[in-house]
Amino acid sequence: MTEGAAPAPVHTLPIRVGLVQRIGEWAPYLLVPCVIVAGLLVMAMQAALPPDQWLIPALFGGPFWLDLPSAMLGVLASWTTLTLAGLAMGMMIFLMASGLTLVFGLMDVVNFGHGAFISVGAFVGVSAMLALSAWTGAPSLSLNLAAVGLSAAAAMGVAGGLGLVFERVIVRPVYGAHLKQILVTVGGLIIVEQLIQMVWGPDEIFLARPHALKGSIVFHGVALETYRLLAVAVGLAVLTSLLVLLRWTKIGLIVRAGVENGEMVEAMGYRLRRVFVLVFVAGSALAGLGGILWALYQETITASMGGDLMVLVFIVIIIGGLGSVEGCFIGALLVGLMQNYTAFLEPKLALVSNIGLMVVILMWRPQGMMPAAKGR
Amino acid sequence: MTVIASPRSFGRILLGVILIGVFLSLACAPFLFPGTRALDTAARICVFIAFVASYDLLLGYAGIVSFAHTIFFGFGAYGVAITSAQMGRSFEALGLGAVLGVMGAVALAAVIGLFSLRVRAIFFAMITLAVASAAAVLVSQMSALTGGEDGLTFQIPKGLTSAAIYASEPVFGVRLTGKIANYYVIFAVSLGLIALMLRIVNAPFGRVLQAIRENEFRAEAIGYRVVGYRVAVTCLSAAFAAMAGALYAIWLRYVGPDTVLSFGIMIDVLIMTVIGGMGTIYGAVIGTVLFMLARSYLQDVMGSLGAVVPDYPVLAALLNPDRWQLWIGVLFVLSIYFFPNGIVGRLRGGGPKPR
Repeated sequence: MTEGAAPAPVHTLPIRVGLVQRIGEWAPYLLVPCVIVAGLLVMAMQAALPPDQWLIPALFGGPFWLDLPSAMLGVLASWTTLTLAGLAMGMMIFLMASGLTLVFGLMDVVNFGHGAFISVGAFVGVSAMLALSAWTGAPSLSLNLAAVGLSAAAAMGVAGGLGLVFERVIVRPVYGAHLKQILVTVGGLIIVEQLIQMVWGPDEIFLARPHALKGSIVFHGVALETYRLLAVAVGLAVLTSLLVLLRWTKIGLIVRAGVENGEMVEAMGYRLRRVFVLVFVAGSALAGLGGILWALYQETITASMGGDLMVLVFIVIIIGGLGSVEGCFIGALLVGLMQNYTAFLEPKLALVSNIGLMVVILMWRPQGMMPAAKGR
Repeated sequence: MTVIASPRSFGRILLGVILIGVFLSLACAPFLFPGTRALDTAARICVFIAFVASYDLLLGYAGIVSFAHTIFFGFGAYGVAITSAQMGRSFEALGLGAVLGVMGAVALAAVIGLFSLRVRAIFFAMITLAVASAAAVLVSQMSALTGGEDGLTFQIPKGLTSAAIYASEPVFGVRLTGKIANYYVIFAVSLGLIALMLRIVNAPFGRVLQAIRENEFRAEAIGYRVVGYRVAVTCLSAAFAAMAGALYAIWLRYVGPDTVLSFGIMIDVLIMTVIGGMGTIYGAVIGTVLFMLARSYLQDVMGSLGAVVPDYPVLAALLNPDRWQLWIGVLFVLSIYFFPNGIVGRLRGGGPKPR
């Protein structure tokens, strides 16, 4: 912010933001490319190649991948694959976590049963896909996508409906009491998991992805799985629409204001509780969408999948900062990338590395990267 | 039946009668309920009463929601298992393993507590959930030491197995084998742990914990170091949990990630604590007995009920014996709404309400 010599008599205190502070504002966004680059570096080091073989051509050469030795090409190829996998996984976790973080920011409600919506979405979606097996088996991209879209819509609908019931029956009686909220929502998770086992049976269900989403696109010798591209696209679309909704619509304004200072919004005459129900249902629907996408990604589902995924979801919303959609998005990408790189380098440490990430980020910013809920 | 006292004191008398009944049945379990399955259930009840009470120390008295309590249980269990597997069968191995397990659990509890008890309750709960699942993964990966997914089977001293015979004649129709000696070791240690915990919560220390639970700011303002007390109670309950874990390993002669570290066990313990009554220690006794009996016998009841209504498929599916956890879950949620102090709180009537 280097300003000219124009005198500003009104300002007695020049407002100058230091470089560190300005970077600090954007640091969370920069963290994602940093992790991606770090992933490449570590992988290259593990491949035990001296950096001059690729670093210098990368810095000074044009299309440097042409000059690289073939081993380095292999590292680059697997790095690209892993990065795409990490981004895809991050997007799915973001879908699951976004509703939870908003629900927390808005009403100070933490829902340990959020995983139930993930499982229900996955099971409903998979049932819909099996019912539409004529479409999913057809070698036509549009029919396949239509089947996926329809089952995703079914998953979102049922998960959203369940969210409405869950909010009414489980969460509403315990507003404002954290300990009870944690206990009661865990109870809700148990009940929903048992109901799923009752309806769909206790065994895991295997499914095959639709025909057109099975293969991968080969680009410069790098295989990019089609389904991961789809997951990234869906995640980006949801993120964009969420941000647009929050930024430029009235309901978004109320939600953002409610996260920042709920009492003030209520004092202005808005029934925040109704908005909260809406957000809760939308968040459940998004978790259901995340569930069906995850089911298609793993190609197998169990009743406990939601509960297992909650571990990652919690890490994401803790490092993202409670109540913040952007923070949640960045956190999800970091967790997804970290998980995939570590799983490639040292499979035993995948989850531990994410705990490490959480510890480091909490030591850097104890409230998470970009907390939105203030003063709580 | 004539009511001889006010309902409140009647509840207290009933509570006392139930507790004495549980104590006597556990004390005489090998003679009252012959058979290996009944003895096994009784031993598990003893171990879990101590484990659940140690969790109650955390949840009920300090108001800390932790999902990492199974880690401490696992420390004790794996401590005994690893020393026994490395040193061979001996009482020294059992003792050393238990001591090492307790020390490890306390050290880890101090680290977790110092790092994360400053954050809010919700954060703490989420962090412990993540740490617990990471610990379960780590244990199943370090297969050289822990046996991995398969777990460790180990041998305990002969005096504690059914190979040892202590009396030539059966007593009350029961042969006094080492298995029964083993049961009484577990019973006695659990009883000692419970007595110690009751002593702790009824000491000034316990009152301070309750004060912190009720109003953290006020406790701090009076001059108590809230974080210090919280770390202390986390370490204490970790030590008790590790002792319970050691007992469990001695009884089972086996440890594995699914038996001591799984999230399912954590949920069971949570349910037992809440249904029995948070912040009472006695609640652990009643909650554990109820839950264990339900696990063993509710399924039979549901099976016979389900056989009565085969014409209504939904009802029959709801009464499927595999769905017993569904009903436990419903009971759990209802008890949080309507009996936030659990069975013991209900019987005592009134009293402070946990938040």
